[in-house]
Amino acid sequence: MRMEDDAADVTAARGGDEDAYRRLVERHSRNVFRLAYRMTRSEHDAEDVVQNAFIKAFRRLEHFESRSNFGTWLHRIAANCAYDVLRTQKRRQREEPLEPDPANPEARALPSLGPSPDRLAESADVRARVARAMSRLSPLERSAFVMRHDQGLSIREIGVALGLDTSATKHSIFRAVRKMRVALEPVSEVAS
Amino acid sequence: MNGHLTEEDLLLLHYGELVDAEAAERHLLACDACSAAREALLGDLAALENDAIPERGDDYGAAVWARVQPGLRPPTRLFGMTPRQFAMPAAMAATIVLAFFVGRVTHVAPPSPTPPPQIVEREVVRERILVVAVGDHLEKSRMVLVELSHAGNGKRKVNIAAEQQWAENLLANNRLYRQTAVRAGENKVASVLDDLERLLVEVASGPSELTAEEVATLRKRIDSGGLLFKVKVLGSQLRGRERAPGHDASPKVIS
Repeated sequence: MRMEDDAADVTAARGGDEDAYRRLVERHSRNVFRLAYRMTRSEHDAEDVVQNAFIKAFRRLEHFESRSNFGTWLHRIAANCAYDVLRTQKRRQREEPLEPDPANPEARALPSLGPSPDRLAESADVRARVARAMSRLSPLERSAFVMRHDQGLSIREIGVALGLDTSATKHSIFRAVRKMRVALEPVSEVAS
Repeated sequence: MNGHLTEEDLLLLHYGELVDAEAAERHLLACDACSAAREALLGDLAALENDAIPERGDDYGAAVWARVQPGLRPPTRLFGMTPRQFAMPAAMAATIVLAFFVGRVTHVAPPSPTPPPQIVEREVVRERILVVAVGDHLEKSRMVLVELSHAGNGKRKVNIAAEQQWAENLLANNRLYRQTAVRAGENKVASVLDDLERLLVEVASGPSELTAEEVATLRKRIDSGGLLFKVKVLGSQLRGRERAPGHDASPKVIS
């Protein structure tokens, strides 16, 4: 049903029906935000990504192939916007150290002390570990991993989106998973 | 399948991208070590789902729309034209200019103390086309620079999507005019177009939304070296040449 709704709204939006595009925005905003947040680890940056992704998608509507899934296409645009944000941040980080995001301090400024066994059992701690693991990935690793793991894009599609060959794409994902597994190790050990 | 499965094999298998998935599955049925490794990997991947993503309420879509809608507005009209409408005549003019000057560069005429009148006339026409086209291009560029200089007006965030689209459209013609000016030996014109091109590239390839600080930096870039002033002066000098019946060939401008 949702895909049919999307297809009808895309056709109408291409014809200049702004209301149809509003429906697409309202239908997909939350999922795009989730993707953007997973990649940027910052509410503020994720909001910017959501906004830019919808504006870019609107401008490229005529390039959208009707038989494709609008959600997938939109998420690809959003992932690229988020990747741009991460690259820009990395450039700025080289010039000045990044301040922690006040809206989400745990993502970027986690204490380096190891948590106690009791705290390890809490899901909040697992979340904090995941956040820390994600924030330690390079922009490329994080983008490739989120596109593959969350968005279900194929390695070939991710390579096209990020401008990498298949081997480099695979290795970005492998490195991301390996780093995150290392970060999660104490959780796995306690759980087992 | 020979040997055990690596972490990479198991990951590709999980994502459905392992080439020989059937052999891997058969191996997993027979190998406890690999089977345990797969369980551990899937456990860790499942833990990654436990990511704290801030929730967004039911009215989030409407809030996003309120922010997105202004960015969808049709680009600002300059000269009563949209960027696309503008690009067409400008691109045609640029192509004609290039064609004339390529002709001048590649045409080898036998040396002659006084060129025949038709050649002199052709040279005058070529130069006049360059003068008219570049003058028009500079005027449009000047308007975009003015828009960018005044963008935001103290706002925290500034959307320059419309100006960006203008810059993108001006960029292709700017390159063509600059190359043509270099070929024609119009070094001062080429130099101003070169400065302009750097700024247009920066605007066209940058983000559509700028912070107040980024706008201030952009304004500084426009002001530095007096780019806006140079564009304005050169534009008006070219228009002066355009009006002059037997105009002087070289612009005496821009230091």
